[in-house]
Amino acid sequence: MSAPPAAISDANITWELPSRGRVGMYCLISAESAIFTIFVVAYLFYIGRSLAGPMPKDVLHAPIFFTVCLLSSSLTIHFAVKSLNSAKVGAFARWWFLTLTLGAIFLAGTAREWRHLIYDEGLTIQTNLFGTTYYSLVGLHAFHVTAGLLAITTVLLFALLGYVRPEHAERVDVLALYWHFVDAVWVVVFTVVYVIGR
Amino acid sequence: MSTDSISTLRADMPSRPLVAKVHEWVTTVDHKRLGILYIAYALVFLVIGGIEATIMRIQLIRPHNNFVSPEVFNRMFTMHGTTMIFFVVMPLLFGFANYLIPLMIGARDMAFPRLNAFSFWLTAFGGILLYFSFLGANGLYGAGSAPDVGWFAYAPLTSQTFSPGHSTDFWTLSLLVSGLGSIGTAINIIATILCMRCPGMTLGKMPLLAWLNLVMAVLVILAISPLSAAQIMLLVDRYLGGHFFDTQAGGSAVIWMHFFWIFGHPEVYVLVIPAFAFASEIIPVFSRKAIFGYPVMVAATVCIAFIAMSVWAHHMFTVGMNSNANTFFVLTTMAIAVPTGIKIFNWLATMWGGKIHFKTPMLFSIGFLFQFLIAGLTGIMLSAAPFTWHLGNSYFVVAHFHYVIVGGILFTTFGAFYYWFPKMSGKMYNEALGKLHFWLFLIGFHLTFDFMHIPGLLGMPRRIYTYEPGRGWDTLNLIVTIGVFFQAAGILVFLVNLLWSYFHGETAGSDPWDAWTLEWSTSSPPPAYNFATIPEVSSRRPLWDLKHPEDPDWKYE
Repeated sequence: MSAPPAAISDANITWELPSRGRVGMYCLISAESAIFTIFVVAYLFYIGRSLAGPMPKDVLHAPIFFTVCLLSSSLTIHFAVKSLNSAKVGAFARWWFLTLTLGAIFLAGTAREWRHLIYDEGLTIQTNLFGTTYYSLVGLHAFHVTAGLLAITTVLLFALLGYVRPEHAERVDVLALYWHFVDAVWVVVFTVVYVIGR
Repeated sequence: MSTDSISTLRADMPSRPLVAKVHEWVTTVDHKRLGILYIAYALVFLVIGGIEATIMRIQLIRPHNNFVSPEVFNRMFTMHGTTMIFFVVMPLLFGFANYLIPLMIGARDMAFPRLNAFSFWLTAFGGILLYFSFLGANGLYGAGSAPDVGWFAYAPLTSQTFSPGHSTDFWTLSLLVSGLGSIGTAINIIATILCMRCPGMTLGKMPLLAWLNLVMAVLVILAISPLSAAQIMLLVDRYLGGHFFDTQAGGSAVIWMHFFWIFGHPEVYVLVIPAFAFASEIIPVFSRKAIFGYPVMVAATVCIAFIAMSVWAHHMFTVGMNSNANTFFVLTTMAIAVPTGIKIFNWLATMWGGKIHFKTPMLFSIGFLFQFLIAGLTGIMLSAAPFTWHLGNSYFVVAHFHYVIVGGILFTTFGAFYYWFPKMSGKMYNEALGKLHFWLFLIGFHLTFDFMHIPGLLGMPRRIYTYEPGRGWDTLNLIVTIGVFFQAAGILVFLVNLLWSYFHGETAGSDPWDAWTLEWSTSSPPPAYNFATIPEVSSRRPLWDLKHPEDPDWKYE
């Protein structure tokens, strides 16, 4: 060994660790991604294997408007967190409410689509493999949207009652991470169900 | 919380009424208490699962035995497998992880204490749900009681047609519930290790136990989630009339196998990596040497976890996949032996030239080394697809995976019990009883599982409730069953030792093994807050640095 390595002064090192809320949420997102992967694989595997109709190409119509709503809610929640970071609580509540509205519109769109499929086209989860995989995959996503909306509503109530302050930006951001994930999954589900599967 | 209030609490405890004590345990969010709850819960199920195994072995002790009916035999092997994997080994390992990780990384609790309690109770109620099936699963049809579809529950056996009543519902719901608990604990372990380490403890200075549990938790997230997804699909099929696994409607039975084994094989590594972690802590301390090749141990573990995600279909060689798939899974399965072999050599190199103390934890770890090697060798045999075409679903396979789970995982876990019992209870265990346990269990293990390979080679399939005489299986099955009684005696000695030592053992002191990791720097049992002041570390063996200021480790790392 030649010259000893230069000692790093302890004073220069600050002991910083990642935020546990963020790490926890990333882990939850990984677990959820694994669950969605299995449902997506099942959907792809069963495309075209239904023994009886109705078939996807006859009954499915891509919900473009509702997709735009859901994807733009990612943008609004981002602006909400940004507002809270710069201590604009009023702007936060407005962006947050807009996110909730856009998410609710998307969910209403799913409900309308299901109503159409069940009552007009006669497609239920029991009808054929397409019905089983379609309602499971889209339903799993809608369940996650619902969970997200419940959480967003809770935060909105807190905000309206004046409990959300700039120091909560970190926690709100963790919830926003989950919402971004729900939106990203929709891109996958949309591609699989309405593009590849039709 | 001030130290005053804690000491008052502790002084008051003996006089508190039983209800208050139970209330404290039920509502606790302390990682140490939850760890002990996990472990105690797993021990109860270990006894139950062991009784089920004994019932099966008594039935097979001689040809044409009538100890239990075929229906009961099916329930026994299903419940034995499900119980041992999900409600014994996983809670045991989670219990130790919960108890040890915060202590080893110098933290005062897990990252999410309430999630921790929630996860434990999910697992606990999952187990109770499974066993309630004995009472509640008769359903409308009066058919079946406990689940009898085997622990991997192949379709279409799980459809309403072949599993009327509710036994399969209990099986799938209990695994879904406890699976969610496992995912919660895994998230907690990762967040704790990444975000709660004490100052100075970089990832490269963490004890190997923390490193290996981090890898295990990642595998839990990647493996248990697919199982949960598959269970949701099975529930859709059974309750909503879906067709995922319904071959009559174009569904596939094989896709269930894929989904189950995508969980099932990484699960083996979920179970064995914490066992490696115990060995990696115990072997250095009782060899009086630092672990050999720390970075390589970490790299090998990550490598195992990586390959573990791509070996699942070696459980399906006999199903009839195409030759490309067979070749791929043969090669990946053989490849995983390489990092595993590296670890075995590292443990041997740790012992080499060391001053070995043959205490009970070390005996179990050495037993593990030999037995895990043999388990790995039969694993490589079975990884060759043509070999599995002959021996798939035979007793050879049963012997192989029991060699892994009992000979590997259970042995190190017993070692961990003896090693950390003084820390958890504050009392020393009885060394003579510990050694008696080791020898009884070692003899029983080898009688049972060495001899179990041979009827497999002679063509005895697994899961048969009886067999014809005169096929050369009779004596071998008798020997296998005799071994079970030695193992049962060993477990009995173990439980007696735990209880007796808890009440009458000698006081252990904070560091009975002259060990090097942070959990030994606090009192035994540790106070609720773990460390009065958060420690700072500068090497992988902080207590060595403390005891040997003239020759500290950080000079060499």
